[in-house]
Formats: sequence, C-alpha cells, structure tokens
Amino acid sequence: MNLAWVSANWPRIWDLTVQHALIALVPVVLSLVIAVPIGWASHRSRLARRTLLPFSSILYAVPSLPLFVLLPVILGTRILDPVNVVVALTVYGVALLVRTAADAFDTVGLATRDDALAHGHSPGQVFWRVALPLAGPALLAGLRVVSASTLSLVSVGALIGVPSLGYFFTDGYRRAFPTEIWVGIIGTVVLAAVFDLVLVAIGRVLLPWVRATDRTRA
Amino acid sequence: MNQVIAALQWLADGANWSGPGGLLARTWEHLWYTALALVVGAVVAVPLGMYIGHTGKGRTFAVGVSGAVRALPSLGLLTLLAVSMGLGLGWAVVPSTIVLALLAVPSLLAATYSGFDQVPDDVVDGARATGFSELQIVGRVELPLALPLMVGGLRAAALQVLATATISAYLGLGGLGRFILDGLSVSDYPRMLGGAIAVGGLALAVDGLILVVQRLVVPRGVHVAVGPTDA
Amino acid sequence: MPSFQFSRRTVLTSAGVAALALAGCSDADPLGTADPGQDPDTTDDASEPAAGGPIRVGSAGFTENEIIAEVYAQALEEAGYTVERNMQIGARDIYYGALTDGSVDIVPEYSGNLLQFLDPEATAAEPDAIISALEEAVPEGLRVLDPAKAENKDSWCVTSEFSETNGITSLADLAGFEGTLRVAGNPELAERPYGPPGLTEIYGVPAESIEFTPIDDGGGPLTVQALVAGDVDMADIYTTTPAISDEGLVVLEDPENMIIAQNVVPLASDAFPVDAEGIIDAVNIALTTEDLIAMNARNQGDEKASPATIATDWLTEKGLLGG
Repeated sequence: MNLAWVSANWPRIWDLTVQHALIALVPVVLSLVIAVPIGWASHRSRLARRTLLPFSSILYAVPSLPLFVLLPVILGTRILDPVNVVVALTVYGVALLVRTAADAFDTVGLATRDDALAHGHSPGQVFWRVALPLAGPALLAGLRVVSASTLSLVSVGALIGVPSLGYFFTDGYRRAFPTEIWVGIIGTVVLAAVFDLVLVAIGRVLLPWVRATDRTRA
Repeated sequence: MNQVIAALQWLADGANWSGPGGLLARTWEHLWYTALALVVGAVVAVPLGMYIGHTGKGRTFAVGVSGAVRALPSLGLLTLLAVSMGLGLGWAVVPSTIVLALLAVPSLLAATYSGFDQVPDDVVDGARATGFSELQIVGRVELPLALPLMVGGLRAAALQVLATATISAYLGLGGLGRFILDGLSVSDYPRMLGGAIAVGGLALAVDGLILVVQRLVVPRGVHVAVGPTDA
Repeated sequence: MPSFQFSRRTVLTSAGVAALALAGCSDADPLGTADPGQDPDTTDDASEPAAGGPIRVGSAGFTENEIIAEVYAQALEEAGYTVERNMQIGARDIYYGALTDGSVDIVPEYSGNLLQFLDPEATAAEPDAIISALEEAVPEGLRVLDPAKAENKDSWCVTSEFSETNGITSLADLAGFEGTLRVAGNPELAERPYGPPGLTEIYGVPAESIEFTPIDDGGGPLTVQALVAGDVDMADIYTTTPAISDEGLVVLEDPENMIIAQNVVPLASDAFPVDAEGIIDAVNIALTTEDLIAMNARNQGDEKASPATIATDWLTEKGLLGG
C-alpha cells in the first residue's frame, strides 16, 4: 500500500465514495418496495409463483454491463446518467429479493393467516398487521444481501463512465497500481458494512422481536 | 426495442456463430470458465460446509465470511489480482477463476451446512448407535439427505458465476463477455445485447440442467423445498 | 485561538468557512468553484461564463486523456468558470455519444483517430490537412478547437529481440513474417483502420495469421508486460508511453502512413462557451509531446501522481496558473 498516494488523493476518494453510496442507496430501498408486493402475489397465486419467480432468477443472470448500456435506449436517458445504473441495480435487487419475499410469506403460514381472517381482520389488515411483520426478519436478511450485492455492482458502472469507486479499479488496472484498486475495494467493503449496520439498526427499531429469533436456525 | 430486434438479428446470423471468435467457441469458453470456477469453489466450500454442518462448529464464522465475500466487488478483485499477481496474459485465467470461485463459495457453503443441519438429530444418533463411524455417518447418512439442498446451492452459484464470468473478458480472456466488452468499445449495441442474451440463454439452459439433476438426486418420497439458502 | 483567523476576509458566513475548509483539503485549484461573478478579472467583462451553467469536461478512458482534460478543467476554473468533471468515460464511441447527447461539453481528442472515426473514407495524413478535413467532418452541434503541437499516436511496437530475430523494423516487413502474428491492443483496435484490418489491407498481413488479444488498459503497463513477457509479438502502445524507451521497445516504421498524425485537439459541443475557447487555446499552444511523456511518466511511474496534481504542476510551470 502506498499510503502517501492515499492521503494525497483523499478528496477524490471521499468524493467517489459518496457518489458510490448515493447510487447504491436508491436501488436498495426500491427493491424492497417493489419486491414485497411481487413476493406477496407469488405467495397468494400459483400462476404468479410459476411465472414471476423463474423470471426473476433469470433476470439476475443478465450481465450488468449490457443492461447499463441498454437502459438509455429504453428510458431515453443520457448515456452518462447515473439513473441507468440505478434502474439496472433495482432490477437486480428485485430479482434477488422476490424469491426471499415469497418464501418468507410462505413460512408465515396459512394457519396464521386463516386465524387472523377468522378473527375478523380484512385481507389488507392480514397483510399489514400479520404477514408483513412476521415476514420481516426474512425480508431484512434478504435486503442485507441485496445491499451488499448492489454496492459491489455499482463499480461496474465505471466501465461506462458513471463515477463510483469503480473508477479506482479501471484506472488502477490501466496503470497497474494495486494501491488504487485496494482503495476501491476497501471503500466498497466499508460502505457495505455501514449499509449493513444501518439496515440492522432499522430492523431493531421496526422489528424488535428479531433479536430473539436471531440465534435460532433460519 | 429496435436495438433488441437488431440484437436478435445479430444472434440469428450464422456468420456470428462460427470461427474462433464466434458464438459457439465463446459459449464453450464461457462454460469452461464457469465449470472451472464451480469446481474450485466446491473444493473449498463443500468440505468446509460438511465440517460445519456435521459438527455444528464455525457457523457464525461461515456466515460472517460469506457476508464479507458477497460484499467484495468482483471487478475490483479481478483487477487487483491481475495487477498484483503479475502472471501476464498467458495466465489471466488464474485471477479470473479465483474471483469467480470466490463468488460461488457463499452459496455452496451455506447450502452444504444447511443441508447437513436439517438432517434430524435422531437419524444421526440412530446411525451412530448402529455402529456407523463418523465418516460413515457423513458419507452414507448426512450427505445423501443434504444433497437436494446442496444442488440448490450449486444452482444459485452457477447462475451467479455464469453471469459474472463476462468480466473475465476485461483481462483479455474469451467467453461471451468478449461480445459485451468489444461491442461496448465500438458502440455496437446489437453485438453487445446479443452477447447478453446469449448469456441469459446459457443461464437458462444450465439452470434447467441442474434442475433435472436435482430431481434425480432427491430420494423418492422426499420433497424438499429448494429456495435460496439462508443468509 | 489567536492563530486561527482569516485576517484578510471581512465577511465570512459559516458556509464560506465550510467551503474554505473543503478547498483547504483539496489539491485542486484553490479558486475552485468560486462564483465567477466575484472574480475581479471577470466582473467587468462582457462575457458571462455562468450563463450556460457549469462547463462539463469529459475524458476518454485512459489516464493521459484525463490529465489533458484535467489541465483544461483547471485552466477554465482559473479563469473563473465553474467546471464539472466526468473523467474516463470510456472508448471514443461512448464519450462521443456523451458529447452529442449533452452529457459533457468538451473532451480532448486526437486529430487523426477522430477524423477516421467521423469519416472512415478520409485520406488526409498530414497534421494540417487532417485538421482542415476534421473541420469539415465534424457534424453540426460539435466543433474542434485549435490543435496542440503535442501528438500522441498509436504505434505498433515489438521487443528489440523480436525485431532482431525476425529482421522486422517496419510494418512493411510483417508480410514476410511466418506463422501467427500475435498482437494486442485495446478492444476497439480490432476494428480500427490502423488495427488488424489496416495491417491486412495496407501491409498485406493475411487476416487469418493475425491473432488479436484485446487488453483493456489503453496500451498501459499490462499491454507492455504482455509484450515484454512474450505473450504477444506486437502491441499497440501510444507513443507518449514512457515504457517505450524504458523497455527498449522498437516502434515499427509506418511507410504507408497507416497511422496518421494525432495532434491533441479539443472536441467541443455548442454548449461550450465561445469566449472560453481562448483559455483552451492557451493551454494547447503550450502543450508539447515531451510534456505528455513527462506527465505520463509521473502518472504511471513510481510517483503515481494523480491527474489533478500533474495538471496543476504543469499549468504552474507554464505560468498559466496562479501567476
């Protein structure tokens, strides 16, 4: 490690770290918002399950780079617009989270649901008051995976000129400079850790019973 | 949508399929990188997962390591290894395989120890009482019962490796990523998207193949839901 | 805290303090993104730099180009313009797209390659002819500014050992090379007229005996390594790369001018203010090929200096900054 380089380039490192975090933030939030209804639909309907789940796992196998490039064509955005990367990463986040959500709602179990319905809850109330809170821990676990994978994928945007910590990978590669690549990797891992801590903290607040089940088997 | 149609036309053009830089050769290379990475990943993850699942030790460690590995950016790791190992062009497959194998480890590891975990304790105790050695318990009792989940883990790992193997092209290697990077560098979107569709199609085929294998290895009468492994 | 005072400033809002603190830990031009209206040099000027918002400077996906772009950016900032940077966008096709869709306003270019990109049929080979052809070829909405003397060409390099063993000192000798010629360069080279297609059409190397390996480092250290280690026989390395002399590489002669003159020339869009052209011109007048080699050496060598630092030092040395 060339620490002199790190301190000399600190403003740039900080700047790109912030941009990296901002690009990753939206997809993480959006994938939860989008995946939960799809997961719920897959839980309720056999047809939805048969179509949506396999589709989402194949979506995840689409390489990110072409998706980044294709989106300006579809969305009418500019080539360098970070929106392209944001949308692509949301697609991956949703693909990753849908199955987790469907499985989570499955494990909540029909018995619980029927019980709640029998107690006079409307289907909407069952979702908000029973199914969603009970599926919460599994959704949180899934969202933590989405967060790590999103932060890692943001860097691929460097190949199409969207600034992120990925700049250090391509630039470091072009001049065979390991320190610079290390900076990018460490920055990404630190961001992943910060995101993870925030998600866990949010989970503690919203799902206070998670702690109790944390140590039991999934 | 025009771009997608152009990409399909590109795929339909027989001229793009033949020769050393053609789709067939690139698909073959792509499968080769993927298989190599899965084998290397399995060599690391499966014994480790079997140990954790059988003994119940090191689970927290495995979850932590898997989480950390998931957060590693593949492109960063790839460039770092390429630059620091100094192996040059001829051996670029080494850093590329390490990165892809690392990608396969979390899924395979979690699937293996979860598979072993879910074997009921009384089954294991029964086998032990019958006079099975620990090794026999692992090999003849736990492993067959864990296999469906393990194959599920292989499925997840294979999909991820297959999609990510495109970045090997960044080091000058072949594979379907070649179409994507070369297409990008000259703004040839049909070629780029054609390459991406080919990766998706290949993923679909490999996924289906593993699904068939999965059906075959599930002991008759046993049904195991194979979702994503726990985080 | 007696030592901590901004004696020459009379009014300091807390935002101003924060801005200064940021400027203090940045190695960029200290004037930074100061409001052009407050700059004494421009207050009485008819030119309104801020009229169209900030000037967005982009660069191609390799470091030399980023250094030049950074020089432009800092020179513009010195003159009071606000600059947004979007460096290392990628290959020409991509940053050209960014220029035409309005994502960036100016990118440093290389005259010959740009001409062949815009007009594949172009025949001009001499620097001046290329510039005039370029002015014709540039589509509406874009324009080229005055070129620099500085030149950075693609060049086909071999090791001295390969050159001696096979008696090859010129691209014209390649036709007589027996066996497969393994060549390396950036991926887009595969389809450029000075890449493998040119070797075949102009120098008669059979296409089937060329094996091209793309290396995505813009003729950087990994390409050099591949060449020196013998993984490839010949590589496209830019003439301003310090490794050419460091590794004793042989630049093959190009008697047919397959690789045409490549002067640094800024390509700007209509969004780039006309009255800022003079600032870029002043930079280009001062920029030499030797400067490029020296700047690349600082960037790729042990110092690994950042483009911003190199740009600041060069501008200061030429008296274009802080003078």
